[in-house]
Amino acid sequence: MSNGLFASDAVAEALQILQTEIPLALWETLYVTVLATAFAILLGLPLGVLLVTGEKGGIRPLPRGVMHALNIIINLLRSVPFLILMILVFPLTRLIVGTSVGTVASIVPLVIAAFPFVARLVEGSLREMNPNVLEAAQSMGASPFQIVTKVMIPESVPSLISNATIAITTILGYSAMSGIIGGGGLGKIAINYGYYRYKYLVMLIAVVLLIVLVQIFQAVGTRLAVKLDKRLKNKT
Amino acid sequence: MIEIQHLSKSFQTSDGTVEALRDISLSIADGEIYGIIGMSGAGKSTLVRCINMLERPTEGTVTIDGRDLGSLSDRELRQVRRNVTMIFQGFNLLMQRTCLKNICFPLELAGMQKDKAEQRAKELLEIVGLPDKANAYPAQLSGGQQQRIAIARALATEPKMLLCDEATSALDPNTTHSILQLIREINVRLGITVIIITHQMSVVEEVCSRVAILDDGQVMEEGPVGTVFASPRSEAARRLVFPEGELPELPGEPGERRIRVVFNGALATGTPLIARMAIERQVAANILFASTRSIGEKVYGSMLLGISGGEEKVQIAKDYLQNMKDVLVQEVTEHE
Repeated sequence: MSNGLFASDAVAEALQILQTEIPLALWETLYVTVLATAFAILLGLPLGVLLVTGEKGGIRPLPRGVMHALNIIINLLRSVPFLILMILVFPLTRLIVGTSVGTVASIVPLVIAAFPFVARLVEGSLREMNPNVLEAAQSMGASPFQIVTKVMIPESVPSLISNATIAITTILGYSAMSGIIGGGGLGKIAINYGYYRYKYLVMLIAVVLLIVLVQIFQAVGTRLAVKLDKRLKNKT
Repeated sequence: MIEIQHLSKSFQTSDGTVEALRDISLSIADGEIYGIIGMSGAGKSTLVRCINMLERPTEGTVTIDGRDLGSLSDRELRQVRRNVTMIFQGFNLLMQRTCLKNICFPLELAGMQKDKAEQRAKELLEIVGLPDKANAYPAQLSGGQQQRIAIARALATEPKMLLCDEATSALDPNTTHSILQLIREINVRLGITVIIITHQMSVVEEVCSRVAILDDGQVMEEGPVGTVFASPRSEAARRLVFPEGELPELPGEPGERRIRVVFNGALATGTPLIARMAIERQVAANILFASTRSIGEKVYGSMLLGISGGEEKVQIAKDYLQNMKDVLVQEVTEHE
């Protein structure tokens, strides 16, 4: 059968699937990825900010116990393999979405897996910030909230965009795995046709499309990060 | 009026307690340019941060216009900081904002309307001489220009006091000079009290009226710049005034008297001053030490002259030199 990868019937079938199933799968992959990333940022950004501002010597130190707890929770969530996490969060998924299988349901484990990762990325971005600039803002009478919203985040935008790109491409990769729990998308096509039915050509097409998506996300993200960075000279 | 009384600051480090400042008492009058000079590690930066409470002193008080800053809440302190602004060695501008938006920043923090803030920012750009840089980003500016924007930003909230933390240390001599001129102009025009923290003698000589010498967390000497630099009494002061080495080892005739001449922006002329003095007053001076720089047409720095011939000649020399504009003269008495 491996010699039949480009056999005429295999090609014909692949073309047919390309027309009938792939457009929907592409759409599902896109919206799952984008939605999951959006929610992950919604949770991860404030958490990442807390990790930086709350530490000892930060602009708004939190009790050590709280910081310890935050770090442990993040590390815990990040150490559970995604495949297992999907199954572990079934009850939560059911609570939120009403069901634990399907495309929409796959967003919940994706967010749970991604938001601690996003928090760490945000933490990294904010730590790149020149501490003297924060001090300058304090010397002008900025409150901790103003420092976060008017200095830390705006000044870190290029780095945050780069890291958002990393996050979205990683989440795209995870979303392909959710085919296992009945999540739709390119991952499902690849598994259903390639793994269960030995239609390797179809699997190949799904994988190529995933690669193309990653390339697009990365190119757009990098370009945006560079374009938004006003530290680079000779630009207007 | 700033009153610093018995201020001490210590830090806890893994190697134990470090006493950064010890029992510092200073008072700085309204409208003056006050210099705080010291080597690195002397505690200058900590001291200036205690003045606006970026660092809370361990002991002692800082009183500005009768208000004890140590007793204020965080919220009240933020209000005070609009009156006591600061510029830095590294400029510390927001790199993702245009110059105009950088100047608007403290006004934004204070809750001023956007169009009013921009109007004010434009006026400030005029004051610092960069009206055409409103829409430029800091990265497109030179160091001197960035410091001008930082000064404009510091002036935005119409402060009564400006703290300069090594504000010229990252700049070349000519740029340093122009920034100091701007600071002086601001001091005169707007009546803002200025505190300059520096390790450079030349900066203090050029703009300050009074100076405190800080060493190992303590004020070693304090007073008018001319007096302190003309006859430094403490070891630390002498190290700053004579970085190349001390007086006693300098050569000199026996019985020779010494006078210190401080040039505080005196106009340089075609004929050298000392030569002219010899011709016009018949006083021959032996130059024992000199550290002067001319910036534009003006001379800054100091010179140590040895004059033989007794009291009379010394008096003639002092009178002659004192008649020059922006020259300070002081007889150096033995201080060992």
